[in-house]
Amino acid sequence: MPIKTKEDQPGFIEGMAKPVSRRNFFGIMGAGTAIMVAGASCHKVIYGNHGKGNGNHGINLGSGDIGILNYAYALEQLEAAFYTKIISSPYKNISWMEKAYLTDIRDHEIAHREFFKAALSSMAIPALEVNFSSIDFSDRTSVLGTAKAFEDLGVSAYNGAGQLITNPDYLTIAGKIVSVEARHAAWIRDMIMMNSFADSTVLDMNGLDVERKPNDVLAIAGTYLKSKLDASNLPTN
Amino acid sequence: MNLQNILSEIEKTDPEVYDRLDTRRDAMKSFAKTSGRIALAAIPFALGSMFQKASASPTGPSDIIIDTLNFALTLEYLESNFYIMAVASGIIPSGDSLNALTIIRDHENEHVNFLKTAITAAGATPVSFTAASFDFTAKGTFPNVFSDYGTLLAVAQTFEDTGVRAYKGQAPNLISNNAYLTAALQIHSVEARHAAHLREMRKAANLLVPAGVNVKPWITLNQSGIATSAVQASYNGEENVTQAGIAITNIGGFNISAAAASEAFDEPLTKDQITAIVTPFFA
Repeated sequence: MPIKTKEDQPGFIEGMAKPVSRRNFFGIMGAGTAIMVAGASCHKVIYGNHGKGNGNHGINLGSGDIGILNYAYALEQLEAAFYTKIISSPYKNISWMEKAYLTDIRDHEIAHREFFKAALSSMAIPALEVNFSSIDFSDRTSVLGTAKAFEDLGVSAYNGAGQLITNPDYLTIAGKIVSVEARHAAWIRDMIMMNSFADSTVLDMNGLDVERKPNDVLAIAGTYLKSKLDASNLPTN
Repeated sequence: MNLQNILSEIEKTDPEVYDRLDTRRDAMKSFAKTSGRIALAAIPFALGSMFQKASASPTGPSDIIIDTLNFALTLEYLESNFYIMAVASGIIPSGDSLNALTIIRDHENEHVNFLKTAITAAGATPVSFTAASFDFTAKGTFPNVFSDYGTLLAVAQTFEDTGVRAYKGQAPNLISNNAYLTAALQIHSVEARHAAHLREMRKAANLLVPAGVNVKPWITLNQSGIATSAVQASYNGEENVTQAGIAITNIGGFNISAAAASEAFDEPLTKDQITAIVTPFFA
C-alpha cells in the first residue's frame, strides 16, 4: 500500500505543527490551537525513531496525545487484519448473516485504521505484523471467541485511554469509535451466547464496562503481534 | 469499579480527606469483606455515607462537572423508569426477550445509583425523579408504548442510541477529572451494548419499518427503522462520513461504502439537542 505523503493529505495531527494546513481540523478548535502546536513540536523530538523500531524496545508509539492515537492505531491495525483474514477465508458453515455482519465489522475496522493513519500522517507508526497462529480460522468457535476478546479489549482500551487524552477533540473521536466497538462486541457476544451482550464478565456491579490501561491492553494484544511496541513514552495519567 | 480512582481523585483535591474518614485502608477493608454481586450491590449506599464525611472538600469538582453528572443522572432515571414499567407491562415475550429487558433495566438502575453516589461524593445534590416524573407516551406520540411490543422496543432503541450520543457529547465536559470521565465512558459503552442488542431484537422480531429497511447493531446513515419521524432527531447526523476533515468513504483506496463509513463512527449530540429529544418524555 502506498504511503501518503503530507502533500497528499495533511494529517490533522501534523496540521498542528504546520500552520498552513491547520485549519483543516483545527479551524473548529478555537483557543486551544496554539497550545497544541507547542505540544506537537515537543512530541516530534521523541518521535524521531518511530519508523525503524527502537533497538530491542520495539516500535515507539510516541508520547502525549500522539502516543495515545498511535496506540489506538495499533489496535485498529490488529482488528482490521483479523477481520480481513476472516472474510478472505470464512469459517466452515458460516451463515449468510454472520458473513454480512463480519464484513461490515471488517469495513468499520479498516475505516478506523485508515482514519488514524491519515490523521497521524508522518507521525504514524508503521504497518504492524500480526501473528494469528493461535487462531483456527476454519472454526467458528475459535474465530468468534477471538473476535469477542478483541472487541471487549478494544472497548476497555478506549475507556481506559480517555483520561490519558488532553485534547477534547481527540476525546470525541475516541468516543465516536468506542461505541461502535461496543456494538460489535454486543453482537458477537450474542452470536456466541444469546443475551451475553453485557454480562458480568465485562460489567461490574455498578453497571460499568471494563477499562484497561495501555500496558495491560498491550500485554494481551501482544500475543497477536509479531511487531514489538514500545509504550514507555505513553502518558500514565 | 472506579472506587479506587474516585478515592484517588478526592485525595488529590482534598489531601485531608482521610483525616475525616477513618483511614483509606480501613475504608477499603470493609468493602473487601463482602463478595458476590448481591452483597456488593449495597456498596453505593455505603459509599454515599462515607463520601458525605468527605464532602467538606474545599476544592470540589467544578460546576460543569456536577451539571454534567446530573444531566447523565437525569437520562439514567428516564431509562431506568422506562424499563421498570416495560418489564412490568406483561407484553414482552417470556424467555430471551424478557430476560434481555430485565438485564438492561438492572444496568440502568445501577447507573442511577452509581451517579447518585458520585454526585453526593462530590459534595453536591443529585437530581431526583420518580415514576410520576415521566410520560412515556411522549405526550401521545407513543400511546401504546406499554401495550404494543413493537412500540416498546422502538422507544427502547431510541433511548439507548440517544444515550450513547448524549454521553459522547458530554465527555469533553469531564476531561479535567479522570475518575468521572472514565466512569462516564464506562457507562457510554454499556449503552452502546444495549443499543446493539435492542436493534437485533427489533430485527429478529420483524418489527422494522419501513419494509425493506435493515437495522443492524450499528447505525447505518441516519436510519432508525422506526415508523414515526418523531424519533428522527435521535438519528440525524449519524450519516456523517467525514471525521476531523478526513473523508472516510473509500479511505486509503479501500472499498468502504458511505453506509459503512457512517456505521464506523457514532456521532455526539449536544446537551440542548438531547434535552429537546427527551423533554416530551417528562410529565
